[in-house]
Amino acid sequence: MSAVRSLGRALRGAGRFLRRDKKALVGSIILFVLLLIAIFPNWFTPDNPAAEIYTPGAGLSWAHPLGTTSFGQDVFSQLMAGTRQSVFIALIVGLLSTVLSVVIGITAAYSGGILDDVLSLFTDVVLVIPTFPLIIVITSYVKSASFWLMVAVLVFTGWSYGARQLRAQALSLRNRDYLLAAKARGESTWYIVAVELIPPMTSLIVANFLGAALYAILAASGLQFVGLGNINTQSWGTMLYWAQNNEALATGLPLWALAPGVAIAVLGSAFALLNYAFDEVANPALRPVAGLARRRRRWRPGAGAGVAATQVARPEVNA
Amino acid sequence: MRYLVRRVGFLLVSLWAALTVNFLIPRLMPGNPAEAMMAKFHGHVNPSALKALEVAFGVNTHESLAAAYVAYIGNTLHGNLGISTSYFPLPVRTVILRALPWSLGLVGVATVLGFVIGTAIGAIVAWRRGGVLDAVVPPTFIVISAFPYFWVGLLFIWLFALTLNWFPLLGGYSETASPALTWGFVGDIAMHAVLPAFTILITSIGGWILTMRNNMITVIAEDYVKMARAKGLKERRILWHYAGRNALLPNLTGFAMSLGFVISGAILVEYVFNYPGVGFMLLQAVQSEDYPLMQSLFLLITMAVLVAIFLSDIATAILDPRTRSST
Repeated sequence: MSAVRSLGRALRGAGRFLRRDKKALVGSIILFVLLLIAIFPNWFTPDNPAAEIYTPGAGLSWAHPLGTTSFGQDVFSQLMAGTRQSVFIALIVGLLSTVLSVVIGITAAYSGGILDDVLSLFTDVVLVIPTFPLIIVITSYVKSASFWLMVAVLVFTGWSYGARQLRAQALSLRNRDYLLAAKARGESTWYIVAVELIPPMTSLIVANFLGAALYAILAASGLQFVGLGNINTQSWGTMLYWAQNNEALATGLPLWALAPGVAIAVLGSAFALLNYAFDEVANPALRPVAGLARRRRRWRPGAGAGVAATQVARPEVNA
Repeated sequence: MRYLVRRVGFLLVSLWAALTVNFLIPRLMPGNPAEAMMAKFHGHVNPSALKALEVAFGVNTHESLAAAYVAYIGNTLHGNLGISTSYFPLPVRTVILRALPWSLGLVGVATVLGFVIGTAIGAIVAWRRGGVLDAVVPPTFIVISAFPYFWVGLLFIWLFALTLNWFPLLGGYSETASPALTWGFVGDIAMHAVLPAFTILITSIGGWILTMRNNMITVIAEDYVKMARAKGLKERRILWHYAGRNALLPNLTGFAMSLGFVISGAILVEYVFNYPGVGFMLLQAVQSEDYPLMQSLFLLITMAVLVAIFLSDIATAILDPRTRSST
């Protein structure tokens, strides 16, 4: 019963959040539409995206809203069919690297001591080693990286930023009274972490998921673009690979190369907009201030920030 | 002082980690393709060079992993990076030294410019919070920062090089130009650098704007900013000398942490523009299966990022007394 009630409360909260925040609303709508296309690509295109059955290099028409490729494939069909792999890789990598971030970040913060030192050092080292050259080197040995290999490599290189942020927030919560009270009650560590520590961190965890998903779609399409993914599957990145290798721009087929990039940018923007909105939930000082422009004439900058900033613990500059 | 020691320590640990990863990757991958490469080498290179390659890639090893590891570290520290297969018989070091100035010029200038301009815009946007600028700039750059770097490059090529013919299409300089230190050649290089530099600038600047804006919003609420205003100081002085200076510090740390992302994007930008820097060379090495060159470039790019991070840590220490006194 209480589970149903708290679910209802969460849904109402999400509804309020979306009504208030336009960035979150736009991001959610984009994500919803793309998810729909990813799950049911056939609703949006009856064509076989790989079939080379049309006039090669055709321009825009009702039959081919984005023209055809120089092989005679329909660009729009390819775009719809490629949605699945691109959206799924973003969501799966986002999810798995967030899980890894939570486990490592919270373990480090909660256990403290030497384990914290070791995990933090490991996190920082993974964070500073530039990921894309590393991914290039790893995938180059495999020639064409399968979907799951790419997921594994992206998760392995994408968790560290989140772990660092989550550790910092968990550290600031660790010695709060309500956690000490739970400890004094004799609750188990699992209970304290799952019920007392993680719920207040939800918005930061969600923000991390969105950041990791954005990283995944950009890195995955970059890899596929240079031919390190499986070039025989349908995705936006491999579309770009084929367009680039057949000089789509120079041969008068710019839409072949530009359309998949727009699709990546739209998906990426959805993650980035939602990420920013969740940032504002986690840090109330960043929230847009209504009616500030009018008030500012009397009391110039930072008006409103002065009020809001008192509500949050300001992060100290750490060494 | 303690801070400095810790940062030097971290630099060394991360360098060692990069070296070790570089050593392990060829050995962990199934069906070491470096073996095929070695076969091509037999009889073409002198025995000592072949031995160094075998150590680097774990081929024909009668020696233990530990011994190979020690030999590999020694070779790398002496700058002995092996022989490039695609530029045979040139040593990897010579090949890399050709590409390095192009990347340092393009990526270095574009990254630093992006950071400086982005930080300034971020400070101004936060200062005019709730105004028109603040309503337009952050959402615009949130969206732009989600664009793939290489795709922005493709768009620019199509728009400015192919359609409008304002800038040259590809490469670092015209093939007809004779490389000499004349104004004409320097101008030619500059014209070729405009589009790739602008691509890196426009896609990386958003990150600096947004973090600086957020830092500024926190700093502006501080008492000393109110105090400065109460003293009747000029707006501009409060903005740059009081608030901006302090908001800059976390942004410097942010610069260090996101440098890797910028460099990663720059690799693809070089690739799209066929720009003769290390990023383009890395992807060419991958395509021609030149593993010694590829691994050395990975190491070089990683080291460049690690040293840049170290320098920004040192800059933070100089600018922020708190890091020097804290434990």
